[in-house]
Order: sequence, then structure tokens, then C-alpha cells
Amino acid sequence: MNNRKVELFVGLFVALAIASMLVLAMKVADKGIAGNGETYNLHAKFDNIGGLKVRSAIKVGGVTVGRITNITLDADEFTPVVTLTISKEYDSFPETSSVSILTSGLLGEQYIGLQPGFSFDDESGILQDGDFIEDTKSALVLEDLIGQFLFSKSED
Amino acid sequence: MKALVSLGASTLDRIAALGRATAILTGALFAKPTPMKSFPLVLKQIYVVGVQSLLIILVSGLFIGMVMALQAYTVLVSYGAEDSLGPMVALSLLRELGPVVTALLFAGRAGSALTAEIGLMKATEQLSSLEMMAIDPLRRVIAPRFWAGVISMPLLAIIFSTVGILGGHAVGVDWLGVDSGSYWSIMQATVEFNQDVVNGIIKSLVFAFVVTWIAVFKGYDAVPTSEGISKATTQTVVHSSLAILGLDFVLTALMFGTY
Amino acid sequence: MNDLVTIDNLHFSRGDRTIYEGISLNIPKGKTVAVMGPSGIGKTTLLRLIGGQLKPDSGDILFKGQSIPSMSRTSLYKARRQMSMLFQSGALFTDMSVFDNVAFPLREHTNLSESLIRLMVLMKLQSVGLRGAADLMPSELSGGMARRAALARAIALDPELILYDEPFAGQDPISMGVLVKLIKELNDALNLTSVVVTHDVTEVMSIADYVYILADKHIIGSGTPQEIKQSESELVQQFLHGQADGPVPFHFPANTLEDELLLTGGTK
Repeated sequence: MNNRKVELFVGLFVALAIASMLVLAMKVADKGIAGNGETYNLHAKFDNIGGLKVRSAIKVGGVTVGRITNITLDADEFTPVVTLTISKEYDSFPETSSVSILTSGLLGEQYIGLQPGFSFDDESGILQDGDFIEDTKSALVLEDLIGQFLFSKSED
Repeated sequence: MKALVSLGASTLDRIAALGRATAILTGALFAKPTPMKSFPLVLKQIYVVGVQSLLIILVSGLFIGMVMALQAYTVLVSYGAEDSLGPMVALSLLRELGPVVTALLFAGRAGSALTAEIGLMKATEQLSSLEMMAIDPLRRVIAPRFWAGVISMPLLAIIFSTVGILGGHAVGVDWLGVDSGSYWSIMQATVEFNQDVVNGIIKSLVFAFVVTWIAVFKGYDAVPTSEGISKATTQTVVHSSLAILGLDFVLTALMFGTY
Repeated sequence: MNDLVTIDNLHFSRGDRTIYEGISLNIPKGKTVAVMGPSGIGKTTLLRLIGGQLKPDSGDILFKGQSIPSMSRTSLYKARRQMSMLFQSGALFTDMSVFDNVAFPLREHTNLSESLIRLMVLMKLQSVGLRGAADLMPSELSGGMARRAALARAIALDPELILYDEPFAGQDPISMGVLVKLIKELNDALNLTSVVVTHDVTEVMSIADYVYILADKHIIGSGTPQEIKQSESELVQQFLHGQADGPVPFHFPANTLEDELLLTGGTK
């Protein structure tokens, strides 16, 4: 008789916890991208990645399609190599696509903008898992920009 | 010289206590499992330590979320960054406040009760009586309480964080006028399930393990007098709180410190 | 083998305090044996030693010919199923009803069906006269009733040996009479062996088959109640008649009063 009440309340308690977990997963963390869904990896070399970090977003026209999962330095060329993990949903970017490091707002965090290239049906293929994206634009470093600006001013 | 001797003696006492605590833990963890008989016991203890702590967790979570939204808003709005209220509230709750405050409340609400209950069972010879009935008190009394604590606390922490985020929404969006869409969407863009939610739960599991361990040990090891039990109860809360805060630093450094 | 329990030259100390210095006693099967002695002499300790909750420094305790102190944990637990102990406080589990308390050992140690357990529990409760109190919680029982309920729990598994720890302490005369009657009856009806540790002389003398008197780390007297009453030992006589002064002095050991008063006077 008493056990029934205990079972009921514990059941409610666990149900409440599961519901909370679902809220956290769906509403708070939006577990759609770079979660457990299937992904594939692309690589890109940059001259300078600025403030880019692991877990920074990869966006195509403002839509997040993946996240950066690794940043290493190429030992031979001393250039940063960024691993882009992109959801399998978006698996048909042409080889001519380009990536650039952008900043959201003036002081916001940096992310990678992926600009899909034109696909010529016969000649160029589609980016596959492990491919390198050739066309990259480095981050704009504010100090460099100011330096260039002052330099060009002084030349005038 | 005398101070040195007493320092040495108290160090030895502490090491011996750690040894006893480990013996109790292993005795409870590796007790011969009898699933048919122990499941109802664990269920009953989840009711006692989990369900009965629910109210304080719900109320505290709600108010902490609300207070945090209020505080963060006043700072953020002066930078025009009140849209970041969502991630601010969510990240603080999921990574820190959820696990830590839940563990502290749990230590005060359920941990102290566990210690007092077990200590009183010892004082009234109920534990001895079990032993004389050829029933291992570690298996019958300690193990169900330990498992119930380890199971309940992460669930409470999840509930705490969720309620806190809803409380933050209530204050930030409904009262202070932050846009509801940006509250959720920027939160979604910032909060990473594996990184933030799962790590918070792992933290909570670690705290659950430590707090429940301290609570059952202090009860089992209490001097069986009224003074001894009251001392053990106080020690449970103090030691648990210190352990929670110390461990929180270590865990935070391990989980979030590297980037 | 006529003795259920044999204690042989037992030495035990707790911290610096020596409690027993070479005591030996036999508990014959089917008898009621009383162990008496002044408070604080470690009578409860003796029961805990028999139950294997404490280990002696030296000497041996045999239960059915097997040495309790050198038993493995498993065989100790097996041996304990054949004995049970009635604690001074009763030690009922406060979170369950009287019925569940008595059913507890049955549920833990047997796989009997719930209806059979119910039958057995009601019978045990009937034998201690508490069938009507089955649904009460331990906190609702008087001290004497709690002890009777604990007794019902102790006999639930039909043990061969029951250890009574101060069963009469703090009882009113009626409860005491009930308990005396119960101990005697249960002992005869179930063919139990009982060890009663107590300092209530008259009650226990009426039911014991054999009496040991413990004092000052030793056994100072033993025999049937008749023999004990005629004992010539001053200590035994002091204990039996409750004289305030005698071989056990009224004063706790201390300096002489004169010295102490002069000393404190001198320091002021």
C-alpha cells in the first residue's frame, strides 16, 4: 500500500528529470548539429586563423552547418590546418568552394564562412571526406589592418 | 614537540578514517547483489533522498535563475548585449550552479538526514541487530542509500538547471523585455550538448558519489551518542561542502580550462 | 557434545582497559544460563563476543564445537542464523511496523511465500501476546512491548541459541513478570538455549538453570541458583543482597578525602 505511493512518486521524479533532460537537449542545446549525427571532415589551410577556436561554427550564408573540431600547425609549412566537421546533411559542396574566417559583429566571436563555388557538372567534383579546401581567406587581424592603414597614410 | 605529536596523531586518525571509509564503500559497492530484494530498497531511498529534496531544488533553481537574469541583465544592457542573457544564464547553470548548488543543497537536506538516520540506527543497536541476524548492514542499509544518492543527485541537478533557465526566461523575457527568440536562439548557438550539458551531469555524478559517501560514512562511523550523532551530522555538511567546492575547481579546470 | 557454547580462557581488552582476564564458562544445550554482575563489567561485551561481533585477544569461543573467532565471514554468518540476540533497547527497525519487523528475518533469509510468512509472523506474535499490535509502529509501543516484539523477531527463524542483553532493565514489575515468563516458556517450548545477561538478581534466579557471576575481570562464582545463594564468597553475597559497601567499595578509587581537601586548599 505504502510501496505504491513510493513507486508513484519516484516514477514522477524520474519522468520530471527526463522531461528536463529533453528540454536541455532540444530547447537549450539544440542538439541538431555536431551532436551525434553523422558528419564528415574537410580540411583547410590558412595563413592566419586569428581568434578561431575549436568548436567555432561553420556557416553557409548564416546557417550553421558544422563546427571546427581540430586546429593544428602543419609542421613543414608552418601554416595552421583547420579541420571542419560538417553534417552529412550538407554533403554536396563543389570543390571550387571557398572558406574565409569572419567575425560576427565588431567584437563577436569568429567563425568560418563557407562560400559554395559553382559546380561544373563534368570537370569538378564534390568535396569528399578528408579533402582540402584550396581557396581560403585568412582572418582579418585588427592590429594588422590598423598597421597597414597607418603605413599607407604615412606614404601619402 | 607536543603540537608535533598531536599533529601526527590527528594525521594518523584521518588516514585511518579514510581507510574505514574505503572499507565501507567497497563493502557497500561489492556486496553480493540480490536484485529482487535490493531494488525496492533503492526505490524507497530514492523517494527519501530524491523526491523529498525535489521541492527545495525546484524553488532554489527557480530563484537562482531569476536572480541571475536580473543581475546579468543590468550589466549586459549597458553594453547593449542583453541578447546574450540566454547563454549567460544557461551556461552558468549548466556548468556551475546546477551541479554545485544542487550538491550543496543535497548535502544539507539529504546528506545530513542520511548521517543522522544511520547514526541513530547505530545508537539504537539496529545495525548490530542486523549483524546478529546474519544480515550485512553494508548491503542492507548502506548500499541502497548510497546508490539512491548517486542516482538522485544528477537527476536533481538536471531539474535544477532546467527550472533555472525557465526562471531566467521569466525574468529576462517576460519582465525585462529581452526578445524571446534571441533568448533561446543565442542560447542554442552557444550551448553545446556534449560540452556543457554532459559535463555538468558528469560533475554532478562526481559530487553525488562524494557527498553520499561522506554522508553514509559519517553516519556509520558516528560515536553512538546524541553528541556523537550531532557532530557527525555537522561534519557531513561541512566536509561535503568543502569537497564539493574543491572538486568543482578541479573538474572545471579539467573540463573547461583548456581553451 | 553437551555444551552449545564453550568459552575457554578468554582474554579481552578494549583500549587500555582490560575487561576479561581468563574467563571460562560452559553453556549446556537446552538450559537457561544467567550471567550476572555489576554494571559496567562488560556483560554485554560477552554476548557480542559469542556473536562474533568482537574478537577476543586470546582464548577461544566454541559454538557447536566450532571456533567463532577464527571463522570466516561466510561461516560466521551461517552460525549467526542459528543464534539470535535480544538487545537491551529491543533494536526494532523504526521505519517498519511490528509485523514487518518480525517478518524481516524471514523475508531476508528465506524464500517463503508472503502468505506463509504472514502465518508464521502472526504465530510468533501470538506467542509473545502482541498479535493485536501487529500494525503498530515501534514508536507506538511501550518499552516492555517493544522488547516482546523484539523477542518475537528473535525467535522468527527458530534459533538454537538466544542471547538476552539486560532483558529486565528499566521494566515495570508487570512487564518484568511477563518477560520472565516468556523467557522460561520459550526456552521450554522451543527447546532453546538461553543466555541471560542481567543484574536483576531475583527475577533471573527464578528461571536460570545455572548462574555465573562476573566481577572484576573474573568469574567469582558459579553454580545452580541454590548453590549461589549458599555461596560463602563475600562478593557474591554483596551482589545478591545489594549491600552498598563491601568488597566492591562504595567509593570510586581516589585519594583520601583529607589529602584532596588539603591539596585544593593549598593551591588557592
